[in-house]
Amino acid sequence: MTTQSANSDLYFSTARELRAMFDTREISSVEATRSILERISALEPSLNSFITVTPERAIADAEIADQRLQGSGQKPTSLTGVPIMVKDNFSTKDVETTAASKILKGYIPPYDGTAVRNLKDAGAIILGKGNLDEFAMGSSNENSAFGAVHNPWDTELVPGGSSGGAAAAVAAGECFVSFGSDTGGSIRQPASLCGIVGMKPTYGLVSRFGLLAFGSSLDQIGPLTRSVADCADALNIVSSHDHRDSTSVAAPFTDFAQDIEVGVGGMNIGVPREYLVDGIEPGVKEAFEASLQTLEDLGANIRETTLPLTDHALAVYYIIAPSEASANLSRYDGVKYGLGAVEADTSAQATEAARGEGFGDEVKRRIFLGTYALSAGYYDAYYKKAQQVRTLIRREFTDSFLKFDALVTPTSPGTAFKIGDKTDDPFQMYMNDVCTIPVNIAGLPAISIPGGMSDELPVGLQFIGPQFGDTTVIRAAAAYELATTWHKNHPLI
Amino acid sequence: MDPLTSADVEYIARLAYIKLSDEETEDMRVQLSNILGHFASLSTVETDGVEATGHTTDSNTVMRKDEPQPPLDQDDVLRNAPDRDGEFVRVRPVLE
Repeated sequence: MTTQSANSDLYFSTARELRAMFDTREISSVEATRSILERISALEPSLNSFITVTPERAIADAEIADQRLQGSGQKPTSLTGVPIMVKDNFSTKDVETTAASKILKGYIPPYDGTAVRNLKDAGAIILGKGNLDEFAMGSSNENSAFGAVHNPWDTELVPGGSSGGAAAAVAAGECFVSFGSDTGGSIRQPASLCGIVGMKPTYGLVSRFGLLAFGSSLDQIGPLTRSVADCADALNIVSSHDHRDSTSVAAPFTDFAQDIEVGVGGMNIGVPREYLVDGIEPGVKEAFEASLQTLEDLGANIRETTLPLTDHALAVYYIIAPSEASANLSRYDGVKYGLGAVEADTSAQATEAARGEGFGDEVKRRIFLGTYALSAGYYDAYYKKAQQVRTLIRREFTDSFLKFDALVTPTSPGTAFKIGDKTDDPFQMYMNDVCTIPVNIAGLPAISIPGGMSDELPVGLQFIGPQFGDTTVIRAAAAYELATTWHKNHPLI
Repeated sequence: MDPLTSADVEYIARLAYIKLSDEETEDMRVQLSNILGHFASLSTVETDGVEATGHTTDSNTVMRKDEPQPPLDQDDVLRNAPDRDGEFVRVRPVLE
């Protein structure tokens, strides 16, 4: 651990604070970008948050952003000139996009995904591509063909996953905002383990066009930030209706930051007892109980509730997500792009060899699981059954939101764990997502924010809202943030 | 549910077009059997007459007008092919 540098005020400022500094001419986007690129060079040997850094592009984009900030051209946005990172499963035109897989090493997308397009149009400065678990499959960022990411709070620990690079970079001050994808908790769980804010919006709010598909009915893009206000601003930028994604919703897009000062007075918040699972760490439970007291002190009505089908969510998820993944990943055949097989006599052998060589263990495991669940004779028992229970889980949430404005839970049953500690038992690793998975199954919005410390490691607090209740969870999170100081803790790196 | 046999794993490997070594096949058999064992409780949930949920937005099939859109640049698309021949992608024989 090094001592905090003189620039730590800049590195740990929020995007809103940085934007204010641009407006007062205290610093320019080019200066901020150069400074953050130096920090990335200094920290990457110990963190490995980035798979690709694009310094020349970032500086060139910052020069353009500075002109826009000074009034020429389009009106600046909340992210104009702000250095950000996107996870390496976002297609970026002319910049290598790997999804942390050997099978895509060297792949240069011919187009930008819609979220990336929206960020570029807003004038955000993309510093590079964030490390992740291969194809976003994992909860520890240990499944990357480009090496594990280290948690900035303690580099012997995992940052969580699959958006581990995106979370570590925001926590360590390697960027101001990052964007990840969340299929079963891949934004919220690493945000929790790294002590930052991470949000999975309602399914359909952010276009998935150009997001390398994992579980199409579950995947959703969202922001990772150092404040709730930044999260709302960032969501305003990336969300849009998109004709290139048929599941993108045409809902009227409100200002997601509109209610951040409303508070939680009179808000009915439920605490589903099933989320306080047997394996929950005592320090996480303690922090959670203290958070409930804080919310009550702020005027919220906190009541215990029950969502009995939660116990089946993990099984439903680990049937549906791998099934969708096995279909989505069939496109990686080593013909049009990616790793090609060197020795093979037939097309089929070439594909088998490329996929055997190119995919890592966890990705293979999930493809096998999904292929099995979809195969003749097992479809009804696994896939169809899981989709039916999915309907029941959705219904249970819908009923619950007749009584409650929001639900509150721990984000993860534990804090960051040691690299290598859970790699031998895939099912134990899957248990990390037990509090986040039900949200994806039902397509709901949820946010994780810093909600305490346990043994000097961050603990996350999760608010879950009804479908399209994104402003509600942001409102609750902002009220909690204002009343606490956890978000002001930064790792000494 | 019965644990998987090696033959089951080899069958899935063929369906998934993924070549596994003997060691990988055995590891996969053990791990998949373990994971599937955890899913057995799902059969206890009563689902008679319950509709399946495919995705959560409740939208119908989305159509757009059948009008040409600007395509991607051919060279940009083909530059990623491992084995390219001019404007073609070369593949190995499909029929033996």
